Amino acid sequence: MAETAIELVAATRNYGDRVALDNLSLNVPEGSRVAVLGANGAGKTTLLRLLCGLLRPHGGEVEVLGSKLPSEAWAIRGKVGLLAHEPMLYRALTVRENLTHQARLLNVEASRVNDLIGRVGMERRCDEPLRNLSRGMVQRAAAARAVLADPALMLLDEPYANLDPGGAALISPLLEDGRTVLISGHEPRMLLERSNIALGLRDGRAAFFKPSTEVSDSEVEGLYR
Amino acid sequence: MIRDTLALLRKDLLLELRGRESLPAMALLAGTTMVVLHFGLGRNTVSGSIASGALWVTLLFSATLGINRLFVAEQEEGGLDAVLLTPIDRTAILVAKTLTLFIYMTLLEAIVVPAFDLLLLGPPLWPALLQLMGVLALANFGIATVGAVVGAIAVQSRIRDLLAPLLALPLLVPALIASAKSTALLFDASGPSQIPGRWPLILALYALVFGLLGVALYDNLLDD
Repeated sequence: MAETAIELVAATRNYGDRVALDNLSLNVPEGSRVAVLGANGAGKTTLLRLLCGLLRPHGGEVEVLGSKLPSEAWAIRGKVGLLAHEPMLYRALTVRENLTHQARLLNVEASRVNDLIGRVGMERRCDEPLRNLSRGMVQRAAAARAVLADPALMLLDEPYANLDPGGAALISPLLEDGRTVLISGHEPRMLLERSNIALGLRDGRAAFFKPSTEVSDSEVEGLYR
Repeated sequence: MIRDTLALLRKDLLLELRGRESLPAMALLAGTTMVVLHFGLGRNTVSGSIASGALWVTLLFSATLGINRLFVAEQEEGGLDAVLLTPIDRTAILVAKTLTLFIYMTLLEAIVVPAFDLLLLGPPLWPALLQLMGVLALANFGIATVGAVVGAIAVQSRIRDLLAPLLALPLLVPALIASAKSTALLFDASGPSQIPGRWPLILALYALVFGLLGVALYDNLLDD
């Protein structure tokens, strides 16, 4: 039986008076692909940032890769990858400079940078500053950054939003294969097809958390009403 | 930690070299302040405590601007999140930001001090130069440690541009008093005299206290 990668028990997170995550409980086995569905403001981004330790829970218990958050957040650093709305790269630096800088901090061999530049198809543009690149190319660079340390858990917040189909096909295996993945987005059908578990969020609460094959169209539609 | 600190410092300096967003603005503000003081004071040259005050007001304004911009690239482009997800000791971020601001201040002073000598200062600068460099170096460490701590507090806030100077200015007062008292003696009309040991000692202790405070607090400051 697979180990638990993520366990939330009544996890809560507020922004001032607004409750962004409300008593959320779930258990994700290692190697799962979880589609995180929900309308804007449902709590998807908050959940992903909570799971990588960038946000503290205000209530309940959060355990990621066997470490309790926030008290043991140090133990998961480098083991959790995050691809968020922001590329988390510096616009004035080239793709190679950005990745090399990040690799130094992650204690990753420089050869991994070259390998990833090739795998995201950026050999010809890797020495250009990020500010000269299209959003799709920046997203490819951001994907390379997210997988630099080969994380066991990957948190993907609308990862294919700026990518053409070719770009998405190129980085998808890099991001998703061989890891536990939580992926959010606004293409519910596509996400359900590519996942084995689905989490539906509505106003910070779990509307459903079950195998993707058991999620009905009406349940999905209910999230966006 | 040294390796991580150097990597972060290298990145900060490279960003400034490419973007030129902090130092030119700091130098421009210093130049403007100097010109305003030159005409506002209504005399061609100043000495003693007035000269000292003019120099430190100029440096203080520019330092505040530098502190304000210390974390801008991290915040605007999400770079800080990427750093926070790595397993580095957070103290490396504090040390790198302190060194970055120290370098900015030193480079700024390389421009401001000759301009100050040219535009405002009455007594000759050369006899006091070595002692002045010592005072500036100590003051820079104090300003840089406070700046790195304040910058980390302000970056988490939506009112960063207001919060950074609001926190930094009162905290910098002790360092500025010690610095101004020291340089007043160097800019005396009758020639520079030896600075009493207590002022450099205060500056060194000030930098040490804020450095230690930063080490103790930085983990929490950068956390959500």
